[in-house]
Amino acid sequence: MRRLLNIRPKGASRFILGTAPLIVLALLYLLASTAQHALNPNEKILPTIGAMVDQVRIMAVQVDPQTGSIPLWQDTFASLRRLGLGLSIATASALILGLAVGLLPLARAGLGPLIAAVAVVPPIAVLPILFITFGLGETAKIVLIVIGVTPFMVRDLAGHIAAIPEEQIVKGQTLGASTWQIALRVALPQAMPRLLESLRLSLGPAWVFLISAEAIASDVGLGYRVFLVRRYLAMDIILPYVAWIALLAVAFDLILLTISRRAYPWAHPGRSR
Amino acid sequence: MTALLSFRDVWVEYGDKIVLERVNLSVEAGAFVSIVGPSGAGKSTFLRLVLGQEAPTRGVIDLDGAPLRAEPGRDRGVVFQRYSVFPHLNAVENVLFGLECEGAALTGRLWGPKRRTARERAVAMLEAVGLGAALDVFPAQLSGGMQQRLAIAQALIMRPRVLLLDEPFGALDPGVRLDMHGLITDLWREHSLTILMVTHDIKEAFKLGDRVLALDKRRHDPHAPHRYGSTAVYDFPLENKARG
Ligand SMILES: Nc1ncnc2c1ncn2[C@@H]1O[C@H](COP(=O)(O)OP(=O)(O)OP(=O)(O)O)[C@@H](O)[C@H]1O
Ligand SMILES: [Mg+2]
Repeated sequence: MRRLLNIRPKGASRFILGTAPLIVLALLYLLASTAQHALNPNEKILPTIGAMVDQVRIMAVQVDPQTGSIPLWQDTFASLRRLGLGLSIATASALILGLAVGLLPLARAGLGPLIAAVAVVPPIAVLPILFITFGLGETAKIVLIVIGVTPFMVRDLAGHIAAIPEEQIVKGQTLGASTWQIALRVALPQAMPRLLESLRLSLGPAWVFLISAEAIASDVGLGYRVFLVRRYLAMDIILPYVAWIALLAVAFDLILLTISRRAYPWAHPGRSR
Repeated sequence: MTALLSFRDVWVEYGDKIVLERVNLSVEAGAFVSIVGPSGAGKSTFLRLVLGQEAPTRGVIDLDGAPLRAEPGRDRGVVFQRYSVFPHLNAVENVLFGLECEGAALTGRLWGPKRRTARERAVAMLEAVGLGAALDVFPAQLSGGMQQRLAIAQALIMRPRVLLLDEPFGALDPGVRLDMHGLITDLWREHSLTILMVTHDIKEAFKLGDRVLALDKRRHDPHAPHRYGSTAVYDFPLENKARG
């Protein structure tokens, strides 16, 4: 008998294993929803698939006469803009700070404690400060994402850079490389796959910060809409929106993974498990 | 004959632990010095001093008659037991690295005809160490012996005054080791290299070196073993070696 930990599903069996829980979950929902609607035709908590499709048509296809645009796309565009700006700023700062702190003992001594201190502050607690300083507009929401994910990314990257074997750094110097050249040609390329990895891990928290900020003060955005229709118990809108957010999150994750695999093949040797 | 490298009363201490004491010796250009000694004797520390990765607590080290800069530089090449090559660069890029840093201060990259000339040199160097067929391979796909060949090529292309080897063949199979012995001896002769090599293998030390240096403690205090450091307790010149 083979050990459980040595059984590796491949091909079709792997696909079936992966999709089965999703299908089971969907079926359970269908059963529960049908049963509830049999008892109470006005049931709102578990809307039928038909009701959700109707709402999706209203939200994602029809132009809202009041705003002159399609709500779902308007919300998606607004949210992705905030998320994209926030994560771009966070990633760029993490790259610069992470490289400096990981590579230069001087920067580590100077910035390490500051970054460690910022990292322990819960970002949501800072949100009121952001609303007071930056107003209720776009800036506060973007800054929240930046503050929320940058410290983690900086520390993760700095740790990774600092863990580059000393031998490599010394070897670079014996080949005549300056600090700048070692940063550019030894540390930076080895930082990039890790940066993409930590960006992937930061997507989840970034969404949390985005939706929180939108829920509290906004007039457009995926998080705003979900919290708006909550007042009417509109589960038939909330559920498709949540599914859409999940789909976007999965897509970004896959895109980042593909970029990393393509651009840095040396960082993705054959996975054993 | 003038000394390429000279140690004058060099001490290394970590806190109250003395690792090296009263090291006085000089190395001529063209020598192949094997360094042996028990584990913890300070062999790697000795190499790190020459490398400039560490400065002596006391004493002076001269390279080419001038005090050694306590910072690694391109006059001293090195091959470690592991991690000597860059994992994100393939074989040619690894060897090109030094030439690119030399030729392009700002970008660290060469383009066009300059790159082509540099690449030709790198390829020739890789062929000289027997890696002519693995130019585009990343280190993770090279065997241990091939990685060490790559590390040697990468160091040699900068024509260092001294080549420092810290147990370079320690992790290799006996057969591969034998090939590497042939390679390093040939390179030493052809390029008139000066080599300092740390090894655990006494036979290897006598086979390759034209001088064998043993680092060990001269005195022992059983109650405070850390208070005495190592120094060169034996220093055998081997006259029968053809000079590089
Ligand atoms: N940074 C350091 N701080 C304190 N002690 C150190 C440090 N570096 C080395 N030592 C000590 O110096 C001694 C010599 O170390 P070194 O690595 O030079 O030995 P070695 O001869 O190369 O040993 P091995 O054959 O095991 O590689 C050891 O006792 C080690 O514990
Ligand atoms: Mg050692």
